Amino acid sequence: MKFAILVYETAGAFEAREAPEQRDAYWGAYTAFGGSLAQAGAITGGAALTPPGSATTLRSRGGALQVIDGPFADTKEQLGGFYLIEADSLDAALTLARQCPSVQEGMGSVEVRPLLAM
Amino acid sequence: MIPTDGQAAAERAARESYGKLLAHLARRFRDLAAAEDALSEAFAAALVAWPSDGVPGNPEGWLFAAARRRLIDLARRAQTAARAEPALILLAEERDFQTMVSSPERPGPDERIPDERLGLMFACAHPALEPGVRTTLMLQTVIGLSAERIAPLYLSSPATIGQRLVRAKRKIREAGIPFAVPGPEDWAERLGAVLEAIYGAFGEGWSQDRGLAEEAIWLGRVLTGLAPEDPEVLGLLALMLHLEARRPARRTEAGAYVPLDEQDVGLWRGDMIAEAEAMLRRAAAMQRPGRFQLEAAIQSAHAVRIAARPVDWAAVAALYQALTAITGSPVAALNGAAATARHQGAAAGLAALEPLGDALSPYQPYWALTAHLLAEAGDRAGALHAYDEAIAREEDPAVRDFLQKKRTAVGGNVEG
Repeated sequence: MKFAILVYETAGAFEAREAPEQRDAYWGAYTAFGGSLAQAGAITGGAALTPPGSATTLRSRGGALQVIDGPFADTKEQLGGFYLIEADSLDAALTLARQCPSVQEGMGSVEVRPLLAM
Repeated sequence: MIPTDGQAAAERAARESYGKLLAHLARRFRDLAAAEDALSEAFAAALVAWPSDGVPGNPEGWLFAAARRRLIDLARRAQTAARAEPALILLAEERDFQTMVSSPERPGPDERIPDERLGLMFACAHPALEPGVRTTLMLQTVIGLSAERIAPLYLSSPATIGQRLVRAKRKIREAGIPFAVPGPEDWAERLGAVLEAIYGAFGEGWSQDRGLAEEAIWLGRVLTGLAPEDPEVLGLLALMLHLEARRPARRTEAGAYVPLDEQDVGLWRGDMIAEAEAMLRRAAAMQRPGRFQLEAAIQSAHAVRIAARPVDWAAVAALYQALTAITGSPVAALNGAAATARHQGAAAGLAALEPLGDALSPYQPYWALTAHLLAEAGDRAGALHAYDEAIAREEDPAVRDFLQKKRTAVGGNVEG
């Protein structure tokens, strides 16, 4: 089965990407995570996203298309990246996903959802 | 109508077969709803074929083959690639199956259906499913109960229950929830969810006799057979047996409520208590205490009255303390306070109750115990007020009646 691992991060986590005392640990953790997925032969794709400040949102309201500065919703955790993996079952996908750094307390959360087979 | 032994045996056998067959089909095809449909069609076909053709030598093998053929037909007609993959596996097996000497009409004696119900139970209690649906899913899939049979348990309609089950089964299929036993790392936590789901079937509607206690105990026995090395599994069965053993004494013939310490122990079922005690001893020998073992041990402490021995309230209080430490449950703390009062007097009980007020304010037994202890301590006005609070929170008319009588015994003519 194919799954997406959607990485949601807190504002603090986004800051850690750049902060001199935190960034080595931050990127080291994600490199290790990606490595563990590759080692498991599970990873098929993915990308890190730039922080939510660089997002632009499009939606229609009252018949007109709006272009809005910022991410689609003003939530405490924002999408920070995603991985595409293959795993036998949800349990196998969760076993991989639970090692994602954003699962740790204060860093964010992870959503695991199957890809729609086309 | 009380079933005869023969009927009861047939029903038990049918349940066993149903659960095992469904678990086996669901594991391969991962589509619980489709597996259920295929299986019920197979049973329907059997009802037509067996009376005329004779019961096959391997009835389960026959049913499995029939259901599997149906699922393969379904998969052939499925539009998406995702649905075809499991069917390819089944097709390969079907080829192997056909090359065997036996045919589906005369399945070989060795084609035994393995018992994969443990994986099915873990799937039903998977964390990705909302807790409220797990019990109903287990009752429907492992036992084969219909939505009609389950709905009264929740004071709900079969349509509502049916809808929740449809959603849950869709989630299982779409999210890829496996019908598998978890590894050692996740075992304790995942098993906890299975035990909660079974205990949910037992506890729901318990006092109003609308529950499915017998079915819950049956699930507990199945689980004990499949996972006999886990002491919490044994603990749950012991707990349910202890509680069920006292059912005949819980109400008078007229339907009045009888509290535990007033029950006629002659009405308790000694055979169930003996079995519960044997389970608990086996569990205790494994030296891995847990919530359900503690709860069972508490019930065991009450059950000594059947041997004309008094309850050891100090032991009960200590067990509740351990239980509260594990679960953090204010209800466990409440029951601990009651035991403390028995052991050390009303003042000690009231002191133990004090920190629980915020958490337990909506809970009738909190007020009933408070009232009882205040009355014992001589605070009649306080007791009356507390009884009023208790009565206001109780829906069961028999229990309200009982509380009202206690209030009257305190109040006399005092306005409260």
